[in-house]
Amino acid sequence: MKYKELIINDPTELLFGNAPHPVTTRRGLEIGGGQVYAELNFTLPMMSINNDTLPDVYRHYKEIAEGALQRALELHSKGVVLELETLLEMTKTPSIGIEVVNIMNETCEDYYQKYGLKSEIRLTPNDLREFERPAKQRTSALLEPMFELFEKGALAGGDLLSIESTGGKEVSDGALLMCDIKAITFALAVLGVRDMHFLWKKIKAIADKTGKIAGGDTACGFANTAMVLAEQRMIPRVFAALVRVISVVRSIVAVEEGATGPHKDCGYEGVFIKAIAGIPISMEGKTAACAHLSPVGNIAAAAADLWSNESVQNIKLLAGMAPTVYMEQLEYDVRLMNEALKAGSVPTHILQKLLVDSDIYTDPQAFILAPENVIRISQALVKGESYVANARNGALEAIDMIEEALQSGKMKLPELETGYLPVLRDELSGIPDSESDFIEMMLPALDQSKFILSEYGL
Amino acid sequence: MSNLIEQIAICVENGKVNAASPYPPQMKGQPGSDELTKQALEEGVSPNDLLNKALVPAMEKVGQKFSENKIFVPQMLLSAKAMAASMQHLKPYFQSGEVKRKGTFIMGTVFGDLHDIGKNLCCMMIEGAGWEVIDLGVDVQPEKFVDELDHHPDAVVGLSALLTTTMVNMATIIDFIRNKYPQTKVAIGGAPINNDFAKQINADVYTKDPQGLVVWLDRLSV
Repeated sequence: MKYKELIINDPTELLFGNAPHPVTTRRGLEIGGGQVYAELNFTLPMMSINNDTLPDVYRHYKEIAEGALQRALELHSKGVVLELETLLEMTKTPSIGIEVVNIMNETCEDYYQKYGLKSEIRLTPNDLREFERPAKQRTSALLEPMFELFEKGALAGGDLLSIESTGGKEVSDGALLMCDIKAITFALAVLGVRDMHFLWKKIKAIADKTGKIAGGDTACGFANTAMVLAEQRMIPRVFAALVRVISVVRSIVAVEEGATGPHKDCGYEGVFIKAIAGIPISMEGKTAACAHLSPVGNIAAAAADLWSNESVQNIKLLAGMAPTVYMEQLEYDVRLMNEALKAGSVPTHILQKLLVDSDIYTDPQAFILAPENVIRISQALVKGESYVANARNGALEAIDMIEEALQSGKMKLPELETGYLPVLRDELSGIPDSESDFIEMMLPALDQSKFILSEYGL
Repeated sequence: MSNLIEQIAICVENGKVNAASPYPPQMKGQPGSDELTKQALEEGVSPNDLLNKALVPAMEKVGQKFSENKIFVPQMLLSAKAMAASMQHLKPYFQSGEVKRKGTFIMGTVFGDLHDIGKNLCCMMIEGAGWEVIDLGVDVQPEKFVDELDHHPDAVVGLSALLTTTMVNMATIIDFIRNKYPQTKVAIGGAPINNDFAKQINADVYTKDPQGLVVWLDRLSV
């Protein structure tokens, strides 16, 4: 792993709206440069995407962009990011995704020219490779339309390039349900890391070629899936918290390959990446309950540079269309954070403390996101010589801290949860330092029909 | 004999697959459902009794514990593995018709959709409830469901979808199925699904979780 020490070592410097390496966009958003912006994410309502419905698809995205930007303008917004996470059909047939970017970019430009409202589009093609099992991560024909969408979508106005890539998901899906922490580590710190290196070299090259910004890549399909499963009481929350920590070593590879942020939403590992690499991040919390429930509604905002709603369908609510409604909610959230920032360090830290303290001991997944805990875990995440060792060290540190919180009486968890801690510690402790030793250990235990080693350069 | 049935039920309930399996720690070294089922059959225990007095009730208890938040999915999966180990020994009796399951359930995630965690849990719970489960996987086209129904015309079909843009494919699949098999019962589920949608596309039931589906299926099989 490239990073051996943290960019942010002091928890008081891990703050919302401020990143050591801010990112300035084409229309002048300075993300991480002293204020927080809203990042709105949206999707289509229930409908098919085919030739007959395409005019309707395009109408939806135009309506979403216009409604959101108009509301942002009325609320005196300082700037907005609109995230287009493409759906299968839009990536498979890149011309559809590119046209959606075109339509949205025209609206963004219109509001910029007429009213000076700064906005940018984060373009997030979905990872098509997931549609083949076992996935051909490096040789799939599906890579071609995906990269075409990245490149032509960037030229059409997708300024922040991101993805939620799925390398390693073949292993992690089953491992999550079995609470198999070794297999999760293999999925994220071996397969995920290797795939991220492959993918992000290419995405960074496209960003450079098109003059756009390489944003980031969250482990949504891994750690957020774990969080949602824990929320549904299918797996323990302590396990989901550890999956989050392990996901850091996978997601930071995008930064190692040249991504500058803003790191994507839909993955709370962003705070660790901000501490380690100093890049601005997008986070989501209570305002993302439209997409999924979470135990981190307030604490997630503690170090956010963009504040996201994750995803909402374009459906009518009493007040208006849902994306417009969520634009308003996000704007009020960031207005409060920006007011604190404007008022100075003391009010900013008071607001952050309230955001943290209101969630910290209610759930281990919230606990690990508190700035002082992020720094401590991040230090463990960079001290080893390999991604595997760092994943193990970070997760073991998190277990230590959760147990300390339990022993102090500040955090309370049922026995059903705490019973997993010694088992998980034991499993993690058995993970060797070197990747090759770990691979040798894991291969006999894994169903190798589910993944192709050569597709990961193995 | 009843002691063996009881022991097998305990193995399934606790996820004890065989003597070599380290889980659960308190049963380490003891025979699991695998060895005990073999022994029971050799000693003349009726395969029907094994299924209906040991395996199905044990899995019912497991489902109940899960519903009451007393266990997590990993424990449930281990129980399912223990049951599967027993079922291997019962296979010849299913094939000969001496033992009958409650019915056949054909399950798949609709075309265009790859999400399978919910589907897999449903498959596991339904199999544990005594049904034969045919899991067609993810991204399943309508033709595949009908092909399978050709082999099991009385089967119940389950459809899963997680996206607002793929849930509509459920309607296509149901229409396609009913075109050839108008009486086929279809259950649907997934994050964006609700009762209204189920009615709208002529599905027979929407259940929000696997346990609900098991209850509905058991009513059908009575």
